[in-house]
Amino acid sequence: MNAVGVAQPRIEGPAKVTGAARYAADVPIEGLAFGAVVLATVTRGRIRDIDVDAVRNMPGVLGVIDHRNAPRLNPKAGGFFGPDGQLQLLQDEMIPFAGRPVALVVAETLEQAQAAAHVLPVTYDEEPHDTNFTADHPAGRPAMTIFDEPVDVGDVEAELAASSVVVEERYRTPEEYHSAMEPHSATVWWDGERLEAIDSNQGPFVIAATLATLFSLSLEKVRIRTEHVGGGFGSKGLCGPQLILAAMAAHRFGRPVRVTLTRTQVFLTTAMRPATDQLIRIGADADGRLRAIWHEPAFEISPLVEYIEGCTELTKTLYAARAIRTRLTAVPLDILPPYSMRGPGAAPGSFALESAMDELAERLGIDPLELRLRNEPAAGPVSGLPFSSRNLVECLREGAHRFGWGTRDHRPRLRREGSLLVGTGLAATSFSAGAFPSSATITAEADGTFTVAIGATDLGTGARTALTAIAADALEAGTERIRLRISDSDLGPAWSAGGSRGTTSWAWAITEAAEKLRGQEWRGTVTIDTTQSLGGLPGRERHAYSAVFAEVTADPATGEVRVRRLLGMFAVGRVVNPLLARSQVIGGMIGGLSMALHEEGVRDPVSGRHVNADFAGYHIAAHADVPDIEADFVPDHEPGIPVGVKGAGEIGNVGTAAAIANAVWHATGVRQRSLPIRLDRVLE
Amino acid sequence: MKEFAYQRAADIRDALIAGGGGARYLAGGTNLVDLMKEGVEAPTRLIDVRRLPLDGISEAADGALVIGATTTNSDLAAHPEVRRRYPALSQAVLAGASGQLRNMATVGGNLLQRTRCAYFAAQECNKRVPGTGCPAIAGAHHNHAILGWTRSCVATHASDMAVALTAFDAIVRYETLDGAGEIPLSEFYPPVGDTPHVETALPPGALITAVVLPGAAASPRSRYRKVRERASYAFATVSIAAAFTEGSVRIALGGVASRPWRCRTAEAFLLDSPGSFRAAAEAELSAAEPLPGNGYKVTLARNLIETVLKELQP
Amino acid sequence: MTNHHRSEISLHVNGVTHRLGVDNRTTLLDTLRENLGHTGPKKGCDHGQCGACTVLLDGRRVVSCLTLAVAAEGAEVTTVEGLAGDGELLPLQQAFIRFDGFQCGYCTSGQLCSAVGMLAEHAAGWPSSVTADVSPDGPTPVLDAAEVRERMSGNLCRCGAYPSIVRAVLETEAAG
Repeated sequence: MNAVGVAQPRIEGPAKVTGAARYAADVPIEGLAFGAVVLATVTRGRIRDIDVDAVRNMPGVLGVIDHRNAPRLNPKAGGFFGPDGQLQLLQDEMIPFAGRPVALVVAETLEQAQAAAHVLPVTYDEEPHDTNFTADHPAGRPAMTIFDEPVDVGDVEAELAASSVVVEERYRTPEEYHSAMEPHSATVWWDGERLEAIDSNQGPFVIAATLATLFSLSLEKVRIRTEHVGGGFGSKGLCGPQLILAAMAAHRFGRPVRVTLTRTQVFLTTAMRPATDQLIRIGADADGRLRAIWHEPAFEISPLVEYIEGCTELTKTLYAARAIRTRLTAVPLDILPPYSMRGPGAAPGSFALESAMDELAERLGIDPLELRLRNEPAAGPVSGLPFSSRNLVECLREGAHRFGWGTRDHRPRLRREGSLLVGTGLAATSFSAGAFPSSATITAEADGTFTVAIGATDLGTGARTALTAIAADALEAGTERIRLRISDSDLGPAWSAGGSRGTTSWAWAITEAAEKLRGQEWRGTVTIDTTQSLGGLPGRERHAYSAVFAEVTADPATGEVRVRRLLGMFAVGRVVNPLLARSQVIGGMIGGLSMALHEEGVRDPVSGRHVNADFAGYHIAAHADVPDIEADFVPDHEPGIPVGVKGAGEIGNVGTAAAIANAVWHATGVRQRSLPIRLDRVLE
Repeated sequence: MKEFAYQRAADIRDALIAGGGGARYLAGGTNLVDLMKEGVEAPTRLIDVRRLPLDGISEAADGALVIGATTTNSDLAAHPEVRRRYPALSQAVLAGASGQLRNMATVGGNLLQRTRCAYFAAQECNKRVPGTGCPAIAGAHHNHAILGWTRSCVATHASDMAVALTAFDAIVRYETLDGAGEIPLSEFYPPVGDTPHVETALPPGALITAVVLPGAAASPRSRYRKVRERASYAFATVSIAAAFTEGSVRIALGGVASRPWRCRTAEAFLLDSPGSFRAAAEAELSAAEPLPGNGYKVTLARNLIETVLKELQP
Repeated sequence: MTNHHRSEISLHVNGVTHRLGVDNRTTLLDTLRENLGHTGPKKGCDHGQCGACTVLLDGRRVVSCLTLAVAAEGAEVTTVEGLAGDGELLPLQQAFIRFDGFQCGYCTSGQLCSAVGMLAEHAAGWPSSVTADVSPDGPTPVLDAAEVRERMSGNLCRCGAYPSIVRAVLETEAAG
């Protein structure tokens, strides 16, 4: 009667197909007022004046909050990367990037708030700005090193010099946007001394803790709920501007206030994946054995807050090489602070690494699949640690078998169908696995059910369904006896849905709590925290793996590239729910397809502002771009983590862009080293 | 969005009387409401003409097809006579926007849609406020015009439908309080010159009532091909409407100019040298003046003319 | 004094007639969500660029974010809440659950309304941009995966549920 491992539709499925599922902007609240955000239109400078009197008497307007009357915020507030200047909204007249909120207009209705926000006169003293990212920018400096720190194994220069073949190329990826379908929304009210919020975010506890710090409140004075979240992909991992501004307004006007960002505001003021420019040198012997990998990515950041686009994650673990050197450079510019976007670091990093591997295979005259197989490491190439479980080879072999890779002629530009050129490509990937401390409470109820409470969130990952199954097995009960409570900061400390560590972290807490309840003969209530047991996890290389195969057509007359087939084989530990996990990795692959062909934030070279900050200008893949996709799992198990899971949220995104770019080369004979693979880059 | 008064027009005259000054006619609203939200359009009054008896498609005695101005894009594309005689028009409409938007948008409104130049939507420019400059020329102009533009404006026209209508020599019919009038589509969109804010040749307050497709232009051997940065639901990078009719070839390009670009030079070239599609395309595009970031459109337009005509030729 | 910027209208939503006063600026989407409690239709972009707000207006799919409520007066509006009659889910809704045609669910109500409208359009013989021959004299285009994808492209999904949505639509269609 195991529930884990069984394909089950989502628990909230009926609610989602009938419109009954409530998202942050859907919850009815008595006496609600609406806030409309005003964003800076200059890229760097100072606010000269905000003429509040011009809108004060417009119909329905309750007032305007700006830097002159906003409550003072605690500058220590931050997140994973330390104190976060992006949270310091309306604190001074400084404009650090175009799109920085400068005011919130609050009115009785949404139309009234938007109308006033639209005409609120804001004048600026502009200052020179720099949004022009280049790898050799003079402001570039080593990136922060809390992870993906620089490494030196062996003598990379000597190994390159001794190599029969060396690939040395640059790969570029543009600014990309998370683009969750639900715009960030928060509804905030004060219940006496307590701040209550319904907010779209990826982890109510973490957000509540940040908000409490920011407003200098004790944690018990803040409660954040978030029942259904319309996607996040990293962009809702932060304490968002919608929440901070709504909290200010609810306090000021003494009534509930809802702030929902417009789609353009989501682009301009939440988060993005930074542009990257990556220099890779790979050297190999004639038989394909790697001698050296030297990977030097640069990415852009904002001076407001640290961030790491860890592009060299795969470089340190995917292949055996005698020498490995990595250096990450961060270039501070006057831009929206970047933040983790689905497959952070790994997605752009793997585009560079796996494209370079394909180029190496070409120059060696070796099957790209065989090149990967020949460089399978026995232990962590940098860490020296054993792998907890590593099933990349199984992914590659099984994927190649299903895709029909064996009959591939590896020479480019040989296959034509009418006017179309056809090609195939592959990429190997990994994504780190692990868990973060979380707490869980389980109560054995009198009616024989168990209430399982954990501060998890379900962004569409299937967490609600997966955790129910995990709890059922841990409690030796059927899923019908599990009452799962999630999405509430009052449920105690818990990691967010992020870093592919949601399910691992929450599963750990639930299984540990269940174990304790078993010790009480399934009676009473237990609360546990996994901080201590996580510390006992032995040092290992822990990663999920996949192999992605793509077939594309390219029309050289128009430059149009279409992905015709996409296949991914995944090793993501134990699969809790094959139906939902498959959806998740397929969704990731579609994100990778979109990254490969469509997505590109475009800036005006003069003003530095984004010119395509909407869904008409910033293209994400639509139905017509996406073929039927095959995804499956090889048997895998993570020995260190309860239930044996590794996490599947991000790995789907990783590798797909390189597989597609490699397929485009195979079709056309032209390497695509810059994303996206636009028409003009393929057109002949 | 600014506040506005709203009224439903009882009949055409009622609409025309209400239509002056700061009023705008509302039909599908897919572009107008969108621009009102951005403050680009700020009418004081909306005159809803959607329910006027201006929809429907009928055949005139001379064989022309008369398309009522409030016919939706969907109904236009699905109409048997359009599909039979002017398939490129049906294809052009189907290539535009999405199923939902085609159900809303009307033929008259489609002709009057504003450019999708991102600068136009986001800030003042010559097209919105004369004298405020064209930020696109020195800016992000990857998807801007290569033909017929001037230093005052380099925006393109966004309609797919209008490209096919241009190839078919369609005629726009309108009413004003002073009477009815007609404008050939080839003259409907004036050249940019130094007046990019003057987007159509319609008299002030005019209401488009119909679009007429001449019977002589009918061509079952016609096609619309649209190239864009996504397989669907995206504006054209470059598109082409092409039609072979008795003794002639008709070619119009989209995405290359401030209006649908009728390729008269290429058409004339092909009269002299039938089948020399690439040379005809090159002759047409010798007038192109690409900016540093959109020269690829010249190649793309050339390739499209050549490949589509090759596939389509009798 | 009459306020020219507001109107009294009747809206027929999911079979129920509502009399209400609206700001002329208010979209059908905001009216449904803020005034009538129908929060199924979602605001993903508010500019007709994502399809999350799709509803049926007199049986045809439209984006409610670019439809003014005042202009929808007298029309029959069907939202996702009105698709299932008497609590029984449509086969399409059941197929979305069975094939996992959504993840976060935010685009789902739009996908469903769009699919219902799209199937009616196909049944009426409408061609699409991928229909090889739009001539009315040939056979009706078969609703294959390519046709479904093209016809549904006005509904963006960032989670990437597209293949499952297409499968749910095709299975529903095949089951009649």
